Amino acid sequence: MQLNNWKYIVGFAGVVCFVCSLFVAIAAVVLKDRQETNALLDKQKKVLALSGIVESPDSLTAEQVTAAFRDGIVTELIDLDTGEYVTDEFPNPGEFDQQDALNDSELSSEAPKNPAGIARIPNVATVYRVVNESGKTQRYVLPIEGKGLWSTLYGFIALNPDTNTVDGIIFYQHGETPGLGGEVDNPRWKDRWPGRKIYNDEWEPVIQVIKGAAPPPSEAPHKIDGLSGATITSNGVTHLVRFWLGEHGFGPYLARLRAEGSTA
Amino acid sequence: MGLMSKENRGALIDPLFQNNPIMLQVLGICSALAVTTQLQPTIVMCVALTMVTGFANLAVSLIRNGIPPSVRIIVQMTIIASLVIVVDQVLKAFVYDISKQMSVYVGLIITNCIVMGRAEGYAMQNGPVSSFLDGIGNGAGYSLVLLITGTLREFFGSGKLYGQTILTTVNDGGWYVPNGMMVLAPSAFFIIGFMIWGLRTWKPAQVETEG
Repeated sequence: MQLNNWKYIVGFAGVVCFVCSLFVAIAAVVLKDRQETNALLDKQKKVLALSGIVESPDSLTAEQVTAAFRDGIVTELIDLDTGEYVTDEFPNPGEFDQQDALNDSELSSEAPKNPAGIARIPNVATVYRVVNESGKTQRYVLPIEGKGLWSTLYGFIALNPDTNTVDGIIFYQHGETPGLGGEVDNPRWKDRWPGRKIYNDEWEPVIQVIKGAAPPPSEAPHKIDGLSGATITSNGVTHLVRFWLGEHGFGPYLARLRAEGSTA
Repeated sequence: MGLMSKENRGALIDPLFQNNPIMLQVLGICSALAVTTQLQPTIVMCVALTMVTGFANLAVSLIRNGIPPSVRIIVQMTIIASLVIVVDQVLKAFVYDISKQMSVYVGLIITNCIVMGRAEGYAMQNGPVSSFLDGIGNGAGYSLVLLITGTLREFFGSGKLYGQTILTTVNDGGWYVPNGMMVLAPSAFFIIGFMIWGLRTWKPAQVETEG
């Protein structure tokens, strides 16, 4: 019977695959720009959420987000090695894409072996300074990323101008299990972070997501409550926060800020 | 055969109460539990699944006489998966925040037994128009169950409907103490169980006979 002829089967399957692929590819290409705009807006809303200058960033329109950024947030690019601001090569800091830089061998380098699973470090990274009306820095929002159990977690951590106290943390992208590692999105867990401290007296990052509940920040400033049933994700968070606030991440930048005694 | 012939009307209306995919066929339960904590993602899920089932049925029915039996299921799966990917892309483009809230559950429509069940059980044996209507009808039956579950869970679990506060909770300075269980997945099991009970009391013919 013709339907069992192997050539027909292969041909039929091939045509189905081709037509389906065409359908999916057209949809993806046509919708790509809108999706990227949405993703960027979402990331900006997360930065605003940590900045403390807006009550509920999720309900803002795109124009309101842009206005909030214009009025209260200064986007800077820093050289990770030296901690200095770079403005010459990148006149438009808002358009710099740190993720794209990671794919470019000129703009990034291989990371040293680290427990956060980070393969490459960009030469230049984005930092957000939350400023008040007179331009004084109220908070630093720094991008962080690292491996969880199933995915790479991408987020931001907000630091007080003392460069040690955490003001907040948020992850805008990850693929961890809902209800387990996915609880990094739980506001009650995120609320455990403000008031904790990253560094010890030698300015080494020692903050840790522990197993079980952590005592209040005054007693255990370096400990954060663990996520039940999500050990690997919790460890991943510990490692990625320590990496990016350590010597290979924003450590030199924060040290420079402390040395200059400025908050600029 | 007219558009609204008896057969086509049956295909569209039966799955609401006579042959509901969740309450009689007991298919597609997991997404019913996962997304019904709030009404907004529930509605998106209902629309997504209805579209996928309708168009998957249509596509399968159009090529039903040419599909080699040995690759039948895989071909259906390819069509269903492509449709779900496109739906996911559309959601990310137009309702990004809701799509993030629904996370993996849109992708899981591929594994939803209702879609494959109707493609294999109806679309392979019937014409395109009937199959499309059957897909929409089953999507409507699924949506009926999900919308009721979602409404109950959001209302009693957080005092809100579609994000709008109806009962002010004690956390917000009001009087309503939210029912914590409504926010957890097992509450959907209970609600659906009660719905099945109610439906079978109304239509005793649906009760499975012993032995």
